[in-house]
Amino acid sequence: MDMFPLLNSLRVAALSSVIVFFLGIFAAFYVSKLNRIAKGIVDVLLTLPLVLPPTVIGYFLIITVGARRPIGMFLGEFGIRFVMTWYGGVLAAVVIAFPLMYRTARGAFESFDETLAYSGKTLGLSNSYIFWKIRMPYCRQGILAGLVLAFARALGEFGATVMLIGYTPGRTATISTTVYHLWRIGDDSGALRWVMINLCISAVVLLAVNMLERKNKRAVIR
Amino acid sequence: MSLFVDIRKKLGNFYLDVCIETKNDVLGLLGASGSGKSMTLKCIAGIEKPDEGKIILNGITLFDCAKRINLPPQKRKVGYLFQNYALFPNMNVRQNILCGMHGEKDKTTKEHTLAKILEMTQLQGFEKHRPHELSGGQQQRVALARILVGSPNLLMLDEPFSALDSQLRARLQIDMREMLKEFGKSVLMVTHDRTEAYRLCHQIALVDKGKILAQKSTKALFADPESREAALMTGCKNIMDAEKTGEYELFVPAWGIHLTTALPIRAGLTAVGIRAHYFNSRTNHNRYPVRCVEIIEEPFENIFQFRYEQQDENTPNIWWHVPKDRMPRAPYEVGIAPQNVLPLYG
Repeated sequence: MDMFPLLNSLRVAALSSVIVFFLGIFAAFYVSKLNRIAKGIVDVLLTLPLVLPPTVIGYFLIITVGARRPIGMFLGEFGIRFVMTWYGGVLAAVVIAFPLMYRTARGAFESFDETLAYSGKTLGLSNSYIFWKIRMPYCRQGILAGLVLAFARALGEFGATVMLIGYTPGRTATISTTVYHLWRIGDDSGALRWVMINLCISAVVLLAVNMLERKNKRAVIR
Repeated sequence: MSLFVDIRKKLGNFYLDVCIETKNDVLGLLGASGSGKSMTLKCIAGIEKPDEGKIILNGITLFDCAKRINLPPQKRKVGYLFQNYALFPNMNVRQNILCGMHGEKDKTTKEHTLAKILEMTQLQGFEKHRPHELSGGQQQRVALARILVGSPNLLMLDEPFSALDSQLRARLQIDMREMLKEFGKSVLMVTHDRTEAYRLCHQIALVDKGKILAQKSTKALFADPESREAALMTGCKNIMDAEKTGEYELFVPAWGIHLTTALPIRAGLTAVGIRAHYFNSRTNHNRYPVRCVEIIEEPFENIFQFRYEQQDENTPNIWWHVPKDRMPRAPYEVGIAPQNVLPLYG
């Protein structure tokens, strides 16, 4: 059995999770400091991918980075191509999963007790120290939850992915596109195998989350 | 060692306009909540930026609008004890205190300072505890230790005892007084509790609606508050309109009595204030017959509410806090020593 879809799915989900993690955190941090009106507007723009159908996102992506579009042509000059490549899958997953990370992280940041940051500053701690050593640990639960949601969403991405990178065995195939493809050509047992693999990954991810949470709780009690 | 603050800041409908000065003293900012006390501290710490003005600490300009100087909080060397102590919940006591001297690179100096401060604040043995495992008083000491290891030039305390229960409060106030003496530099303390201010502060600045009403030595302020607002804020219960009738005499129309004062009365007198503790049934000064309305019993004293015989019906009862062994006997006559008659202006 060709394991490429599994590897591809994992690398797409992992890479896009890392990107979404940083993008989401910084967007959340800066948006949580905006005034109410600006926050409302930026929030709508950043959350839009969550409510739009993935195929619509896929359409937007194609008309943005397509080979004959200005941005696509510009990127092509540097040999970067998103259409029909596996890192196109990363781009699609990033756009789709971003709102999940952004929204959960923003909720966590907004519950942060700002006097902790103030006292850190008056103690002479640098802003980046305060961010990584005080704010992030304080908001750890929310950020972790956002990361897990983003990873799960990236792993299961189908609509935008299939529009942007299609299904090419051994090149762009992911688990979800493979399941669809196998079912369409009537290979039900092949589809079932991939469904089971996907179930296993999801179970492992959830188990890891639960263990992490328990460890955190124990640390607090100690 | 001195602090000079002269700042203005507009916040919606609220206008903060504060000018205070202190030299190596404990200066208390006394005022109701929402009067701009904490905002003043935040401006001095550099957390909030005033619209205009100047902040100078020990000759170093922390903020000067005209010269476009605005040092970041990290560079101001100002210790700020927050109302909730703001201990970092993800760090233990040791890590929290080390945050206060992250600029110190030498390991042995660090350990030495840490050991010394733990001893001074009686926190030995708690190094590995997290903030939430400590009592309120211990949390306060950790927060203080964390500030003091950085040897700030100014210490600011924001309602330092409000999060503690009242039994602990009085004891910690005495401890704090010792600690502040040892600190030996300028201290700014925000409080709405006049007893606390009286116990800890050499000087008091009264803050009301964003403005400084008065800044005086604590004793002088309580002995001669001068204005109605200041009298109210220092806890004066009985304040009534009055007229000047002589150099040391005034008339209170609503009470129908003349009172002699120890302080010479200036022109512009508008009212008189008499503290609830300062009536006296034994003195012959300012002595008048009164009618008892109600006696409210408290644990260690009684509140004796009375009216003067000629008193206007539309005015409130007069309050007198009497120690239980000093309760007057009927027929009631109440006097006031002249130095306890407070002439109020404006």
